Amino acid sequence: MTSEYAVVLVQSTSHAMRVEKLLRDAGIPCKMIPVPRHISSDCGACVRVQYGDMYAVHRAVEAAGIEVESIRAI
Amino acid sequence: MIYFDNAATSWPKPPGVVEAMVRFMEAIGANPGRAAHRQAVESGRIVYDTREAVCELFHALDPLRLVWCKNVTEALNLALRGLLRPGDHVVTSSMEHNSMMRPLRALEDGGVEVTVVGCSPQGVLDPAAVEAAIQPNTRLVALNHASNVVGTLLPVAEVGALCRQRGLLLLVDAAQTGGAYPLDMQADQVDLLGFTGHKSLGGPMGTGGLIVGERVDETQLDPLIRGGTGSRSEHEVQPDFLPDMCESGTPNVVGLAGLEVGVRWVLERGVAAIRAHEVALTRTLIDGLRSIPGVTVYGTQDAELQTATVSFNINRMATSEAGLHLDDDYGILCRVGLHCAPTAHKTLGTFPTGTVRFGLSAFNTAEEVQAAIAAVCQLAEESP
Repeated sequence: MTSEYAVVLVQSTSHAMRVEKLLRDAGIPCKMIPVPRHISSDCGACVRVQYGDMYAVHRAVEAAGIEVESIRAI
Repeated sequence: MIYFDNAATSWPKPPGVVEAMVRFMEAIGANPGRAAHRQAVESGRIVYDTREAVCELFHALDPLRLVWCKNVTEALNLALRGLLRPGDHVVTSSMEHNSMMRPLRALEDGGVEVTVVGCSPQGVLDPAAVEAAIQPNTRLVALNHASNVVGTLLPVAEVGALCRQRGLLLLVDAAQTGGAYPLDMQADQVDLLGFTGHKSLGGPMGTGGLIVGERVDETQLDPLIRGGTGSRSEHEVQPDFLPDMCESGTPNVVGLAGLEVGVRWVLERGVAAIRAHEVALTRTLIDGLRSIPGVTVYGTQDAELQTATVSFNINRMATSEAGLHLDDDYGILCRVGLHCAPTAHKTLGTFPTGTVRFGLSAFNTAEEVQAAIAAVCQLAEESP
């Protein structure tokens, strides 16, 4: 089964805010959500994107020099 | 009523500041950085957007290297206590506020070496004197950008260049200049910038922060407090990354909601325009006060070399008495005494009697300045 979404995992909510802002500016639909429990026990937030946008997200994040922990399908 | 106590806290605030705070309390209210429901996200967005606004103002590169504090005092404590270790040497000036001096004196008791470089009786710091004070164990130069007593600007850009040359860090206390005088972390080569929200940034009390520049190794920065950050919750040890490592506990989001609007107002109006307005008022005030027989004005007496803060005395009148008359008889609100800066007053020759301080802001007018000059003139005539 193909995943519908991917998440961008970052160190903290502040970092998630930065990623969200970057993606919005790049025109990539995204939403802040709690980090799914099966991925991490963390209580923080991450940024959810469409699975199909994963490559664009990678490029946007890399171009901006933003450090993320990982970008993965959920 | 004429409010001339802006060097302590600015009032009134720019339009929209109060409304943003009310809106947060009524419509958002949630804890940022903890949950990820819509109101928590909205709250987090305010915190983040305000980081960006402040960084834009001070030309800081990374909003996530801005640590929120409750005021500049806490920011300076974080920088000084967080970075200096026994055996380190720090250079500061004789025009500092106690927010700098008291943590330094406490660190001195713990084995940090402190050199206080003397300023001129006008409060002017010679960068060469800073250079002469540098030792092999010097780690940090810590200066205010402008005196809270007489407004004298300190040569931070010159000292910034010197610090880069000598491999030292520069901490600047921007309490009196942030939003009122240009300060550029890149051009002025500032490594650590402490600011407060409730003066010329137009925000409410309880807001401020420390911007930690890229030359500072945050792994060497000890947080003042530790606790919940909403990140790395599975660990019982403090996160080791900025800003979370230094931002434990629920932040003052209602305050930051106001601060964001204040800083945006400053950015829209422009620091240069605010500065020009304040220089004009300050020039009129200094010239007016100096022309009154029996009035002594302190500092450089040159509006271009200082902020819109002017200190003076009226004949032999006690400053407390002058303050009371100005308030009761003329509706002029100002601050008298030592202004939490005994070292600065010693430098100016006004210790322990202190001075009367008029602190102007972007919201004061030429008419208010003229009325204040007339009031001081009358007081001087009545108490020769």
